Amino acid sequence: MSLADGAELKNGDLGAFLLQNGRVIDPGNGIDEQGDVLVVDGRIAAVLKAADKVEIPSDCQRFDLKGMWVVPGLIDMHVHLREPGEEYKETIESGARAAAAGGFTAVACMPNTSPVNDSQGVTSLIMAKADGVRSRVYPVGCISKGAKGTELADIGEMKQAGVVAVSDDGMPVVDGQLFRRALEYSANYDLLVISHSEEISLSRGGAMNEGEMSIRLGLRGIPNVAESVSVYRDLALADYTGQPVHIAHVSTSEAVDLIRRAKARGCKVSAETAPHYFTLTDQDVGEYDTNAKMNPPLRSEVDRQAIIAGLADGTLDAIATDHAPHSRLEKDLEFDQAANGIIGLETSLPLTMALVRDGVLGPARMVELMALNPARILGVEGGDLSLGSRADITVVDPEKSFVYSEDTIVSKSKNSPFIDRHLTGKAVLTMMGGAITHNEL
Amino acid sequence: MIMESEHFFKHKHLISLADLSVEDLDMVLLTAKSFKEISSRSIKKVPTLRGRTVVNLFFEPSTRTRLSFEIAAKRMSADTFNISASTSSTTKGETLVDTALNLQAMNPDMIIIRHSSSGAPNLLTRHIKASVINAGDGTHEHPSQGLLDLMTVKEHKGDLAGLKIAIIGDIAHSRVAHSDIIGFTKMGASVAVSGPATMVPTEVERLGARVCLQPQDAVADADVVMALRIQRERLLDPLIPSLREYATFFGINKKLLKLAKPDALIMHPGPINRGVEIDPAIADGPNSVILDQVTNGVAVRMALLYLLMGGE
Repeated sequence: MSLADGAELKNGDLGAFLLQNGRVIDPGNGIDEQGDVLVVDGRIAAVLKAADKVEIPSDCQRFDLKGMWVVPGLIDMHVHLREPGEEYKETIESGARAAAAGGFTAVACMPNTSPVNDSQGVTSLIMAKADGVRSRVYPVGCISKGAKGTELADIGEMKQAGVVAVSDDGMPVVDGQLFRRALEYSANYDLLVISHSEEISLSRGGAMNEGEMSIRLGLRGIPNVAESVSVYRDLALADYTGQPVHIAHVSTSEAVDLIRRAKARGCKVSAETAPHYFTLTDQDVGEYDTNAKMNPPLRSEVDRQAIIAGLADGTLDAIATDHAPHSRLEKDLEFDQAANGIIGLETSLPLTMALVRDGVLGPARMVELMALNPARILGVEGGDLSLGSRADITVVDPEKSFVYSEDTIVSKSKNSPFIDRHLTGKAVLTMMGGAITHNEL
Repeated sequence: MIMESEHFFKHKHLISLADLSVEDLDMVLLTAKSFKEISSRSIKKVPTLRGRTVVNLFFEPSTRTRLSFEIAAKRMSADTFNISASTSSTTKGETLVDTALNLQAMNPDMIIIRHSSSGAPNLLTRHIKASVINAGDGTHEHPSQGLLDLMTVKEHKGDLAGLKIAIIGDIAHSRVAHSDIIGFTKMGASVAVSGPATMVPTEVERLGARVCLQPQDAVADADVVMALRIQRERLLDPLIPSLREYATFFGINKKLLKLAKPDALIMHPGPINRGVEIDPAIADGPNSVILDQVTNGVAVRMALLYLLMGGE
């Protein structure tokens, strides 16, 4: 059953579905073959080969998915939903709708709202607002009170209220001792620490990647070392404490190298990058396009290639969008005055599909990066199509071409450098717990 | 106005010298040369731009450049209006785009903008119909200064091709240096730059300049030696330890100049910190063309107003 726009999901919406003849790609269970997926009562009832015989409920809704991919619901482990505080940019409801449109069944929302999510009160508010929206919403709590980087936030209480990880994303934790304590203290609650790795004494005042382009445009640069110096510290502290750390939005070849070597020596590190870092470079800033401004900034072609290599060889574990909605108020400004960040929920899958078409990533690797690994890293349900698990499923049409035009954007904000691009590969059906949250079949 | 060139100047705005072809540059210089004579008449005014409205929109303090544009416009009979940051609505929280839209509603023909943010003129062109001249944006470019520098060197040296230009100073943060490097290299001159390495990153080579750690290497056999103003706020960055140390190692003085050609021109975009980036005796010496630069600034800006507002 499909939902009308704006309608809330209700338990009664769950029916039985047979997703037939698609290519079922489920690396969590080692499956990549033509077959059917049966969904009953919001759960995966069967994953079968075309030849298998199973009793199909008579009232079952059937989708013929020949030529399409049936994959575990995509999970974006790094988004900004702007609620509470900046609802004119995005709300939990609109962000979840954008997620569903992009093929996501779950998102993890960063705590730099207004007020920041540094307490169980704010976490509870987010959980309440997320009830009935079109995507699962996993709040990330602050590492420090007020995200000010001086005292630990009430991490245990936030965990009780529903956070799945902690991060001061948007700002680095400058104080090394505080970051160390966060890694240690989070262990009690089995919570992941996500690091926004940036050495701000090297990046302060910067507006774009430091290099030829920043000199040409007369913009203050943010050098690669602002990221790698900080990543090095975070990895060293993860080694020292023996605790896991997750590096957010990796943008540089140096950081990819550091993470690769850390993994080789057994450091408990995971890492994500965003589609813009493997799609664009600092050349795309063009003539001061503020929709190409984000932090970390778009880097060089060398970095872009290193990011792609890191995704392919397992150094980078996840693709996350860093979906950062801003209105014209924050973007239609002088470049150095404009806000950092771009939306990404509705372009992540097509941009990643470009890597699959280029042969850089196999389809199963893409599913690992966009569903399986994010679920494992965050320790949440989903990421695979195991029997009996919640039916969070995305159907991808790998050949579907479309123009990403401003009037089709579901997110409340339109700050994307990909507007008017021709993209190929799209989520055509998104199902969360057996309820259809997006359907263009 | 009879132009010797058959070239058609098709630009509406002047944001960066990178946007101009060699033919465009030649045409501006030729036009400026023919306009220069107007400023030496007793009645310094021609009716060419009568009825045109030119707005000087200055968000940064400027005496020389603003006055130069204003004189240029008035000598062409355009009506000029000056808006400076202290009198504009920006102090009331109005955005640049809103300021632009309000100006546009009053139908100016030309907006000349100076702004502390690189790219502010580009933003302006996306929102208004009038022509835009970049009169200096952040650390990006100052194209009319670049053009008046080309004109000044050409006046004294003839053909620009093959000349050796040395620029000493804060290359990374100088909009003048950026426009000069682009302009001189386009015209076939070679540009060598030097200064503290904090101010001269190696990426500057990608703009077409040769980077020298030692100012002596940049100045050797040069036809032109240009000093850039050292801004005091750079001490806090920190890019240099003190103005004194800068003057000692990078200031243009007699000893350094001995390495250049004997008739090397001395240039400076002003305003000068005497005794910091240049020895006063050199700035006032026989080879200095610093005041010629100012004079030519008016001629170049008259030419730009004429060409950009569709002078036939």
